[in-house]
Amino acid sequence: MTQLLTSTNKVSYRALTPELELMGQVNVTTETEFDNAKFTCRDVRVHYGSLEALHGIDMNIQDNGVTALIGPSGCGKSSFLRVFNRMNDTITGARVSGEVLMDGQDIYSNDIDPVLLRARVGMVFQKPNPFPKSIYDNVAYGPRIHGLAETRVELDGIVETSLRKGGLWEEVKDRLDDPGTGLSGGQQQRLVIARAIAVDPEVILMDEPASALDPIATAKLEVLIDELKENYCIVIVTHSMAQAARISQKTAFFHMGDLVEYGETAKIFSNPEDKRTQDYITGRTG
Amino acid sequence: MANQPSQSIHQSDRALKRLKKRKAKEIRFKFFGIVAIILAMTALAWLLVSVIGTGYKAFYQHSITMTVVLEETTLDPTNARDPDALRQANYRRIIQEALYTRFPDVSDRKGKRDLFRVVSASGATNHVRQMVYKNPDLVGQTLTIVVPTSDDVDQLLKGNILRDVPEQRRKVSDQQIGWVDELVANGEIKARFNVIFFTGTDSRDPELAGIASALAGSAMALLVAFALAFPIGVGAAVYLDEFAPKNKFTDFIEININNLAAVPSIVFGLLGLAVFLNFMGLPRSAPLVGGMVLALMTFPTIIIATRSALRAVSPSIRDGALSVGASHIQAVFHHKLPLAAPGILTGSIIGMAQALGETAPLLMIGMVAFVTEIPTSVTDPAAALPVQIFLWSDSPERAWAERTSAAILVLLTVLITMNGIAIFLRSRLEKRW
Repeated sequence: MTQLLTSTNKVSYRALTPELELMGQVNVTTETEFDNAKFTCRDVRVHYGSLEALHGIDMNIQDNGVTALIGPSGCGKSSFLRVFNRMNDTITGARVSGEVLMDGQDIYSNDIDPVLLRARVGMVFQKPNPFPKSIYDNVAYGPRIHGLAETRVELDGIVETSLRKGGLWEEVKDRLDDPGTGLSGGQQQRLVIARAIAVDPEVILMDEPASALDPIATAKLEVLIDELKENYCIVIVTHSMAQAARISQKTAFFHMGDLVEYGETAKIFSNPEDKRTQDYITGRTG
Repeated sequence: MANQPSQSIHQSDRALKRLKKRKAKEIRFKFFGIVAIILAMTALAWLLVSVIGTGYKAFYQHSITMTVVLEETTLDPTNARDPDALRQANYRRIIQEALYTRFPDVSDRKGKRDLFRVVSASGATNHVRQMVYKNPDLVGQTLTIVVPTSDDVDQLLKGNILRDVPEQRRKVSDQQIGWVDELVANGEIKARFNVIFFTGTDSRDPELAGIASALAGSAMALLVAFALAFPIGVGAAVYLDEFAPKNKFTDFIEININNLAAVPSIVFGLLGLAVFLNFMGLPRSAPLVGGMVLALMTFPTIIIATRSALRAVSPSIRDGALSVGASHIQAVFHHKLPLAAPGILTGSIIGMAQALGETAPLLMIGMVAFVTEIPTSVTDPAAALPVQIFLWSDSPERAWAERTSAAILVLLTVLITMNGIAIFLRSRLEKRW
């Protein structure tokens, strides 16, 4: 079976699976049904101009937990991540087709405003991108534009809570007026997380959040992610196998625009079904 | 091989030769660079030396202290103190009498005429007329006044009219030189700071000409241009860069904007003449129209500067704003524009400085008139500084040459100040963010 998949890896996973199922040769490794699915994706394709970056992904994302998306560069995992908050909309020439349900509601339907969707689905980027404003203003920006606080006291409260949840409060509480860009990389990344938390999202997407951080800052970030998963649905793209293994409950392996394998993290890393997954996590490809 | 370092290909004679060649290339390039810089600096220094060398003389001017008797019989024979009569009275006579009293020996007609030519005829008469008109009680009194000398005397004392030239080829006669020398020796003629140059308007007499009207006209035109070009230019740039769909049509617009920046300014002047004056019927020679034409000219500069400043802002900032649920327009106005502001301001100020130096389009819309009043509104006729320079440079008298240079110096000072403000704003704003 692995032979077959490897030799036909240009064919999309979705196209292949039913056939294999019919032939009774394979157990579907993607768990398509959860009791608590936050997102349900059906045949999601992302095009950049004439290039198809994702070839029809079927995948559910669990609520309250960490789902890791792994795979070699250019495999489409970041494109897939940006499907969930419609950030692909902001890229000229990018087009998303298929169906993405969030709590059963199609987020690509006309009555969903991407602006409000992004308040529900926060995002943290590869490079920390705090606004060139004070730490306070960074966190307060979201609540301000969404009118979440009536008074200054209320806003102060949101800022403090968010910074606490972001694990940054103790480090910055005495210098909230200092520029956010003056913090260290790890602190900046936690500030950005606090900024996302401040608008009270349901989901936090993270696109290689630790790739620009040193091991200590990474460790702190991982602790934080572990705490946040209690209250948020977290989807994280990472290049670090070890990181995915440490922090995620579910792992999805992408390869050349296809979802190759998806399941319990422990299973993916200890007993992958697909040879490509195995090669990748053992470092032979990717 | 590894044990024989002399065998390394990087140490062979050919390698060393190549290295020498590369170094020679570098030295040649540096040499040409230095030569280019020296040429540019020499040209600049030459320009500055020649302009300052001629122009500084316009910042001082010789004036004469006179004692005039405001004879009632000459000024107000009816003793009615009627303002209109007082304004039209014969002040020339008063000045002449003052001079004849100073030099009682002069009796012949030609001598008297020459003597009167020592002072600025209209300068002195207007000065006394103004005083009397403001305060009619002065009639009958004796006054001490300080008025400019004629431009010829001024030029003589500044050394621009040479004394060793034969008299018939000199604008100042030997006799006049005698009077002037006596007045200078007595301290009656002195060089003073040329206030008139800054407070006066255009005049037929160089000693009375100033740049006030031109400066005011230029300032007003620039304000109009800025008020129009800045918001529209920045708005257009933001729309084109952030919101406009990317298609053939917007590509076409973009190419045209870039081409507009290269259109000769006189074409904008023609456009202004056809549209603003002939079609819309706006007043001629007015800073309003001048400003509108300059705005047209500055648009492309501001649009191009704004777009490149916007593009220089890291897209991660926009992504950050969008990811917390900011709308596109909020991301642009809350985050991108403030970050692009230093670049936008610098580009706009430099565009404005360019507009300040423009002459051609203003000629087309009539801001080339002989204006003797300081404009009080944007619809009043006015000159502009570069046009004033153009007009003065056309006049043959020596006194105009130095005023032309002085006006250029003022223009350059304003330009340098504007560029300085641009640099200051840039560093200031960048520090804040």
